[in-house]
Amino acid sequence: MKKRTLTKATKDNFATIAMIVVLYAAVTIAAQAGLINSHLGGLLVPLCVYATMAVSLNLVVGILGELSLGHAGFMCVGAFSAAFFSKVTEASMNTFPRFFLAILVGGIVAGIFGFLIGIPVLRLNGDYLAIVTLAFGEIIKNIMNVLYVGKVGNSIRFSLDSSAAMDMDEMIINGPQGITGTPYDATFTVGFIILLISVIVVLNLVNSRSGRAIMAIRDNRIAAESVGIRVTRYKMLAFTLSAVIAGCAGALYAHNLASLIATPARFGYNMSILFLVFVVLGGIGSTRGSIIAAVILTLIPEVLRFIGDYRMLIYAVIMIVMMIVNWNPKSRAFIEAHNPFRKKEKEVQ
Amino acid sequence: MALLEVRNLAIQFGGLRAVDDFELTIEKGQLYGLIGPNGAGKTTVFNLLTGEYKPTEGIIKLDGQDITGRSTVEINRAGIARTFQNIRLFKQLSVLDNVKIGLHNQYPYPTAAAIFRLPSYFKTEKAMNEKALELLKVFHLEEEADTLSSNLPYGKQRKLEIARAMATNPKLLLLDEPAAGMNPNETEELMENIAYIREHFGMTILLIEHDMKLVFGICEELTVLNFGRTLAQGETREVLANPEVIKAYLGDDED
Ligand SMILES: Nc1ncnc2c1ncn2[C@@H]1O[C@H](COP(=O)(O)OP(=O)(O)O)[C@@H](O)[C@H]1O
Ligand SMILES: [Mg+2]
Repeated sequence: MKKRTLTKATKDNFATIAMIVVLYAAVTIAAQAGLINSHLGGLLVPLCVYATMAVSLNLVVGILGELSLGHAGFMCVGAFSAAFFSKVTEASMNTFPRFFLAILVGGIVAGIFGFLIGIPVLRLNGDYLAIVTLAFGEIIKNIMNVLYVGKVGNSIRFSLDSSAAMDMDEMIINGPQGITGTPYDATFTVGFIILLISVIVVLNLVNSRSGRAIMAIRDNRIAAESVGIRVTRYKMLAFTLSAVIAGCAGALYAHNLASLIATPARFGYNMSILFLVFVVLGGIGSTRGSIIAAVILTLIPEVLRFIGDYRMLIYAVIMIVMMIVNWNPKSRAFIEAHNPFRKKEKEVQ
Repeated sequence: MALLEVRNLAIQFGGLRAVDDFELTIEKGQLYGLIGPNGAGKTTVFNLLTGEYKPTEGIIKLDGQDITGRSTVEINRAGIARTFQNIRLFKQLSVLDNVKIGLHNQYPYPTAAAIFRLPSYFKTEKAMNEKALELLKVFHLEEEADTLSSNLPYGKQRKLEIARAMATNPKLLLLDEPAAGMNPNETEELMENIAYIREHFGMTILLIEHDMKLVFGICEELTVLNFGRTLAQGETREVLANPEVIKAYLGDDED
């Protein structure tokens, strides 16, 4: 009895982690065998970025039960701060420690933004977070288009005025041109590691005292308070952690680009909504589902490129099918019954 | 010293004085009944005692400690736990997890211990599981530990709410119509459960109830509310014999 309740969650988590590892191994082997063309190869890092973003947003939407419409904003903050760090330290550090620290910087800076947004907004009950994150995402994107950071001698100067850029010796963030020449450090393996760590952290959180408190708030705030759970504290924990993960994903993203520009397509509202689509189609609250949805919806347009414009039609059909598969109670029960890890467990009993 | 002392409690909603001049003294170990017609203000009294509503006037003391105006979380930590008339379970979580959430403050460990899966995580979780199952056994819910709480039948959901409240290790347990929607068998079982937690945990209970048989069977003392005011207070038998109570409370049936 006791054992079963412990292992049920553990086995489910194991299935999620196994899925990611198998996916990574399969892609690596396929690449060795020359089965992956350059087009698909170029998609591998973004795939990890999007899957990590889906894990991050699922923590807020599916597990905490709050709506964030500006998650691309956290990714943007992480991307720019990490790229900035790499540019500044490029001459003085080796690739490995530099990239490691850059990812950390991206995560921490995004986490600080998440924390600062959370302090006033997560105290309130209602849909305020959706409104504020929506604004945050747009504001960050616009600020990154007018932010100039450069070196004057040995010191670093900031400005929101393009004329200031004239006086700077060396530009690091160049307004609408963004950051160019960020070291090209991101690899599929690093992306895989970031995704894996994010998933392990989130799953370990969910299956713990703090994770249960977070889900209790989602399911019934008043009841959670009645059993002594400090609601704001756990909302802050979930939201800040989610921002940290998004920042790390952004750092990865930035080191995969020749030039990092805050275009609407990259960090705007549409991107935030795309992440939300991953979470919703993956079956809100399911980390594994979010990852699967992110992978499928990122690959489809590329895999179907050969049929031209019809691919968006297929894309739509696949979205509808995924929605039905993940949300229909019967198909959910079917998937549950055919989960290989669950099955083994039943046989054991 | 009384466990709970309420003096001159009142709350105003716009023009409506939902509870007025409410006084209550409950001794340790007592099972006290709060009755009255629908809309009398019984649930509002619970919301005031648990800090859900802030009183317009009055003082609430638990174990001699003034808890008036404190937050729900602080009041729970001070020792008051409750159930809800309109059931409020953590619906997407298992029966066991619902009770473990009740144990939140009894078995603390840092979040980092969970994320890095340190020994303290495994140790505390194990103790937590054992304690939660022990509580579920009291309410004969241990077989359903893995069931989604929203899939439980109605009567068992009410019992799970009591188990969850008990998990916070309260000094005073507030039960808001625990027998509502239960069949006679389930009500019988509930009465046994209540007797059990009084006996084994020495629990002090304040009970809102509509089922007169239940009230008469187990409550030693009663307060009768009507339109937010106290109509009668005292020993159960005497209160129920009071003609005003009969008129106000049982009157609806005779109309
Ligand atoms: N938050 C509130 N705002 C306004 N009126 C309320 C509120 N809560 C309760 N009331 C009113 O107080 C009165 C007592 O309600 P309640 O305590 O729920 O009665 P009951 O004795 O049936 O539990 C009712 O008239 C109800 O409409
Ligand atoms: Mg009521």
